[in-house]
Amino acid sequence: MAQAEGTAVAAGASWPRRRRLSRDRILRGSVPYVLILPVVAAIGAILGYPLYSLVRLSLQHYGLFELIRHQGQWVGLDNFASVLRDPVFWHTLIRTVVFTAVNVALTIGLGTLIALLLTRVSAWARVLLTGGLVLVWATPVVVAVQIWYWMTNYQNGVLNFVLTRLRIGDFFQHDWYATTFSQLGLTTTLVVWGALPFVAISVYASLSQVPHELVEAAEIDGARPWRIFMDVTLPILRPILRIVTSLSSIWDFGVFTQPFLLITQSHIHPGNYLMGIYLFEEGYVKTDFGRGAAISLLMLLMVAAMSVFYVRKMVRMGDGE
Amino acid sequence: MNRRRTASAGWNAVAVVLFVVMVFPVFWMISTAFKPDDQIIGANPTWFSLHPTLAHFRAAIHTPFFWTDVKNSLIIVCTTVAISIALAFLAAIALAKYRFTGRKLFIVLMIGIQMLPQAGLIIPLYVVLARYHQVNALTGVILTYMTFALPFSVWTLRGFIINIPRELEEAAMVDGNSRLGAFVKILLPLAAPGLVATSVFAFITSWNEYIFARVLLNDQGKQTLTVWLSSFLGSSRHTDWGALLAGSTLTAIPVLVFFLLVQRKIAFGLTAGAVKA
Repeated sequence: MAQAEGTAVAAGASWPRRRRLSRDRILRGSVPYVLILPVVAAIGAILGYPLYSLVRLSLQHYGLFELIRHQGQWVGLDNFASVLRDPVFWHTLIRTVVFTAVNVALTIGLGTLIALLLTRVSAWARVLLTGGLVLVWATPVVVAVQIWYWMTNYQNGVLNFVLTRLRIGDFFQHDWYATTFSQLGLTTTLVVWGALPFVAISVYASLSQVPHELVEAAEIDGARPWRIFMDVTLPILRPILRIVTSLSSIWDFGVFTQPFLLITQSHIHPGNYLMGIYLFEEGYVKTDFGRGAAISLLMLLMVAAMSVFYVRKMVRMGDGE
Repeated sequence: MNRRRTASAGWNAVAVVLFVVMVFPVFWMISTAFKPDDQIIGANPTWFSLHPTLAHFRAAIHTPFFWTDVKNSLIIVCTTVAISIALAFLAAIALAKYRFTGRKLFIVLMIGIQMLPQAGLIIPLYVVLARYHQVNALTGVILTYMTFALPFSVWTLRGFIINIPRELEEAAMVDGNSRLGAFVKILLPLAAPGLVATSVFAFITSWNEYIFARVLLNDQGKQTLTVWLSSFLGSSRHTDWGALLAGSTLTAIPVLVFFLLVQRKIAFGLTAGAVKA
């Protein structure tokens, strides 16, 4: 419509034409802003405003009484001081970092091995394994937790039966929920099992870019498989490995549902907190929202720092197009 | 040649073992859900029951609030997906078809928001929603689900729309269609598969969501299916494993079906660009 008008005016005097065109240009230039406006407004309301409130909350004493009155009491940096002086916070942070490192290392290591395996098997085996991976990928986390619970219960869990039968040890009525190490170990198996398909399939897709000729030439030259992997395959996998590693670190650091449901409320205590659970217990369960907000803010800042690499990488790709 | 074949047979065997280990938990869930009680609680596991029963599924769906919670989940998920996709589609067109100041910032926001851990957001979302009396209300949960559904949908849809050739749209405009006409006639049908795939994936993530629903919905009659399932064990004194796993199977089925349909289309959105399609 606007275009047709512009052409009609072009036949007339040049001055109104220029005005018309610039108005046209403004109209045209505003189109993308009009298109993103609903999303920007929605995100501002449902996320921007709560994040602004988070900063305010972290500087206030805000308990159940304040929640009902919708009015907190300003306490300055007291919440942060209290959190940073709490030994539980530091122990939880160290535990979470170690947990994340172990989970990420296992996920990326095993995922890459599965991807390499996929390149070496026959077509039917590849279809079988890929199908299995997709099935695991699709299993909802809350469902997976129930399965884990059933497989590891001490009375008739299949895990104790299989481990005993394979003569790995006597696991008759072994209680996997007895020690912190064992609880977090179980959580690790659950997290890694759930994350492997994504990593394996992404890395496998990337492996298709490894030039065949180069690998064959190296084989003819008598290079060992390990050398070929390090010198030919790894450099090509590096970009995708960096991306899945940074994504896995972000996800595992903020993990909540798996440990929360698997360790269960009755077994959760400061000695086995991970960061997400620490924040849930201190802020939500104890209805100390001000202190909870301080922990949330610290956690979000740590994740934001971890995300810089991934976000920059993705933006460069998205912007380049 | 012969050596290569034996090597391949060895790797195939490894792949089969790996398949069994990976898939076993899912198999074990389904297998247990159909087993009679005496085979479930026996000291030696029954791998596969020759006398399958539907009793556990009947027990699961007759648990208090099962159908209410299915309904709640469907209302929350469908509303979240409908609103998110509608808003995200417009923004995705802007990202895919226009260059504008602030575009980069908008992309940073859409990707960055998806990295925020949900646990870190429960306190502010809870307090703000309490201020507007949206705690223990489905609307409140829908709003929190949009915090992840919106940016995800924008980013994923952008990937689909960017692949629609501009020439098609321009050709339609030359043919005398207005921009809106070109949009309706060309862009919408071409973007339809992307819209479906993105909706389905947003459906799955919202259906599986646990933490926001757990924190915001307290009444048993207002919970979602994931909260129902997670509190299943606590509700009875003796553990009804059969019903628990039947309930798990029922919760997983819609997701499994949907996921298998769209997995190929969506899987690489997270790493797009790093892998050449």
